[in-house]
Order: sequence, then C-alpha cells, then structure tokens
Amino acid sequence: MVEHRPALNLLSHVVLILGVLIVAFPVYLTFVASTQSAQDIATARPVSLLPGSHMLETYKLALLGGNTSTGSLIPAAAPMLWVSLVSALIIAIGKIAISLLSAFAIVYFRFPLRGLVFWSIFITLMLPVEVRISPTYAVVSNLGMLNTYAGLTVPLIASATATFVFRQFFLTVPDELVEAARIDGAGPLRFFKDVLLPLSATSIAALFVIQFIYGWNQYLWPLLVTTSEDKYPIVMGIKRLIVGEAFVDWNVVMATALLAMLPPALVVVLMQKWFVKGLVDTEK
Amino acid sequence: MAAEKRVVFRSAWLPWVLVAPQLAIVAVFFFWPAAQALVQSLLQEDAFGTSTDFVGLENFERLFADESYLASFQTTAIFSVLVAGSGLSLALLLAVMADRVVRGAALYKTLLIWPYAVAPAVAAILWLFMFATPMGVVSYALRALGLEWNHLLDSRHAMALIVMAAVWKQISYNFLFFLAGLQAIPKSLIEAAAIDGARPWRRFWTIVFPLLSPTTFFLLVINVVYAFFDTFAIVDAATQGGPGKDTSILVYKVYYDGFKALDMGGSAAQSVVLMVVVVALTVIQFRFVERKVNY
Repeated sequence: MVEHRPALNLLSHVVLILGVLIVAFPVYLTFVASTQSAQDIATARPVSLLPGSHMLETYKLALLGGNTSTGSLIPAAAPMLWVSLVSALIIAIGKIAISLLSAFAIVYFRFPLRGLVFWSIFITLMLPVEVRISPTYAVVSNLGMLNTYAGLTVPLIASATATFVFRQFFLTVPDELVEAARIDGAGPLRFFKDVLLPLSATSIAALFVIQFIYGWNQYLWPLLVTTSEDKYPIVMGIKRLIVGEAFVDWNVVMATALLAMLPPALVVVLMQKWFVKGLVDTEK
Repeated sequence: MAAEKRVVFRSAWLPWVLVAPQLAIVAVFFFWPAAQALVQSLLQEDAFGTSTDFVGLENFERLFADESYLASFQTTAIFSVLVAGSGLSLALLLAVMADRVVRGAALYKTLLIWPYAVAPAVAAILWLFMFATPMGVVSYALRALGLEWNHLLDSRHAMALIVMAAVWKQISYNFLFFLAGLQAIPKSLIEAAAIDGARPWRRFWTIVFPLLSPTTFFLLVINVVYAFFDTFAIVDAATQGGPGKDTSILVYKVYYDGFKALDMGGSAAQSVVLMVVVVALTVIQFRFVERKVNY
C-alpha cells in the first residue's frame, strides 16, 4: 500500500464483491433451480430466487435416472460421472507419465535426431483437436476405438504442454546431482526414479490439476467418438437433456450441471496453491 | 531453446524407448490426421464415400466463394473481439482491485478462480437458463426494463449470450495472470511516482499499464485462441449456431459441415485454414516471447 486512501479501498472492496457476486450468481441460480420442481420452474415468472423443497428427489432423479412426473425419461448421471472421472484420470496421469519420460530423454541424453524429436512433439501445441476433427475421427474409427475409453482419451494424451513444462523444470535441476548420482554408481533410470521424480512433485501436482480439468471438460471429442450411452461423459450428457426436448426439466438439468462442475471445482479449490503456480508457470 | 545440460547419460537405445510412447501417439493422432486433412482438402468425395476425385484447390476456391464461410469468419472475428475485449477489461479491473486490497485478498482470489473449472458446455447451460424465456431471471428483468429478450430469434441477443458465457468462464484465467503480472511490478516504482505526486489513476496509466503490457499481450493471444477454438461447446449447447447461421463460428462450421452436412472435402479445407490460423497465432506469440526473454 503506497498511501492511505479510505475511499479507494472502499471502492476496491465494492468492485471485488460485485465481481464475486456476478461470478457466483449463475451457480447460485443453478442450485436454487435444482431444488425446485420442474413445474414450479416452468410456470414461474421469473424463477424464484429462494431454494425450494424438492432437492433430494431432483438429485436422486438426476443421479439414478428414471421418469419425471411429465413422463419424460431422464438418463442416469451416475454412470456418466464415472466415465468422466475415468477418462479425466487416464488423460491426466497418461499425459504426465509419457511427458516425464520423453522430457527426461530429451534433456538428459544426446542422441541422433534429438532436435527433430523435440520439435515434432513441440509442434503438436499448434494443432488442437478442434482443427483436425474429421481426420482424427477417421483414424480412431479405423483403429476400432470408437466407444472405448482408449478412443476417448489416447488422442488427447499427446500434447506438448506437459513435456514442455517438465523440460523447463529439468533444465533448472543442478548438474551436480547427475554427477553425484554417477559417482554413486546410479544409472539413468535410478537417477530418474530416486532424484528427478521426487524433485518434480510440485510440477506434477500442478499439471495434474490442469490436465484433470482439461480431461473432465472435454466436449467436442466425446461428441464425435461416442455413440453408445454407456460411454457418454457428464459434460456431454447434459446437452442431451435440453436439446430436442419438448419440455425441458430444468430442475434435473441444473442438478446435473451442478454435479458436473463439482468435481473439477473441488480439485481447483483444494489444490489452489499448485494450480495457480502451475498455470502461471506453464504458460510462460 | 539454447539451454542444454553439460552432464548427460550415455545410451544408444534408452532415449528412444523413453520417447517412444509420446512419439507413437503424436505420429498416429497428430501427424497422420494432419496429413490426411491436407490430402482430403484436395479431394472431392461424394456423400456415400463411393468415389473420390482429385480436385486440386477447388475446395478452397469453393470455400472462399461461399458467402456463409465468409460470414462465419466475420462472426468469429466479432465474437473474438468481444470475448477478448470484455474479458480482459473486466479481469484487469478485478485484478487491480485485488492487488490493492490487503484484507480479504486471498478470499477474493479463491472466490474468483473456480469458474476455470467449469466446462464451457456447462457454462453455456447456466447462462442459457438465466436468459431463457419466459422464466429466466435476467430475461425477465430485461423485459421489465422494456427489452424484449429472445436469443432464438434475435442474432445480436444470441451473440451476446455466448459472449457472456465465454467471458464468464475465462475470467478466472485472465484474473490470475493479471494478478501475477501486477504483483511482479516493483513497488518502489509506484512509490517513487506517488512521492512525485502522481495520483492512483495517473500512476496506473503511466506506470502500471505499460509495465503490464507483456501480460496483456500474452492474454490477448490466449483469449483469441480460446474464442476461436475452445468455445465450440458454448455455441453448441447455447445456440447451435443459430438463429440461422448467425452464431456459427469457424470451429462450429467445421464440425457441422463435416459431421452433419457430410461435406468431408469442404470440412477438411476448413480444417487446413484453421491450422494456418493457429500456426500464425502461435508464431506471433513466440516472436513476442522471444523478445521478452531477450530483454
């Protein structure tokens, strides 16, 4: 604080509180809607801003599926949450694992074509899945990976971000550690396991948060490679509840939306320290 | 890229084993499809896939002669400018305020970062609900103020809806980077200016804002990339490109033409154009990063 300006301090707090409220309002409304009945919402002008009394039955319907009072069939969200969890974990852990290995090779070894290997990994930063959807879809379909976890995750695992972060980190690890390891007779794999991995714990945690959220929030890719309901992730499943329905059961939609955002939001808030550090470092 | 290790391990085969998994995935799911997109963009396939002809650059000619494609470019441009412009200004305002306050700073930060975790598709649904007619809270309030909100018919309303959802989702990301950038500015500079009698408003525009320009530029590129590519889910869940094609951004059109209209050649040509856009944006970004490193 450079000087004392009470009016400006007050203004700062007012702006921040307004910001927090505007950011939080859509989610509050989601919660409120998920506690009302579909009829309440459909007939309300506008929707009540106070919680209703139908919370338990709405969440039960959203999680387990079943028929609503108007007779439309709600698909169960629980299996979709499971699909999302499994694919997000595969993507996060898979990315971190293969990136650790390739970054280790690129930093700690000299081998022919090393530069080419580095650049061919690095250039994938430039090709997000969105710009090459149809040919990638064709590859996945030719490999028979439609409607499988492999199809949902493997094409998203290869990305240069994590490799790049680990490379940058390994470059800051002092050379003396390698020399010491060598004198003690440790080979490269031993060095990797006992020295490098423990040192990388913070980077791994930060990348885990970012990649878990990336995996959980995928939408376009699952939309293409899944046609059977048992492989629908939750984020994609929500849209099915509102598109093409004559009567939208908004209470169930909102309950499902809340269920879909809870796990990644928890990960962000609980791992905030690593997440913030990882995010700001990753992108530099 | 010049940094190298002095001390390295020696092995002829181990490094190849270590890079093999990533190289395999990159080759199968990046280079092969990218090459396919390039080849396919030069071919014309009928809808049943029974015959394929080499047509050269015809797909591209057709693309750029197609008014709906040019319109989609324009839609994407407007959308990106709105998302980046309003997203960055709001986040900067919040970050400057959060940088000022002493009490509650950590709490404000926690309360502002979690939308990062919300999927774009879910963000779209939340905003859709607020603006749904007739029961949406915001559309009701707007009607009370005399604005007849209808994003299903009015394309400006539809655009506003997806912009708001996109900005809301991205605000925590921008906020975190602005805050980190602000906290990296030496306090002594600001104190010196204060001693010289510069008031907060003037200090911000003459010292803080210029020093923040690397962060701002970085975020500008990231937000344009975000608006171009990561907002597919928002468009698909909130408007499906409608009304008409008025919110059909480029990525949505690639998907629609390829998977709904089954025009594979045209869709591949669009993919190639998008790749060129990404490469251009990445080059701009790296040019700039290099310059920053050389300071």
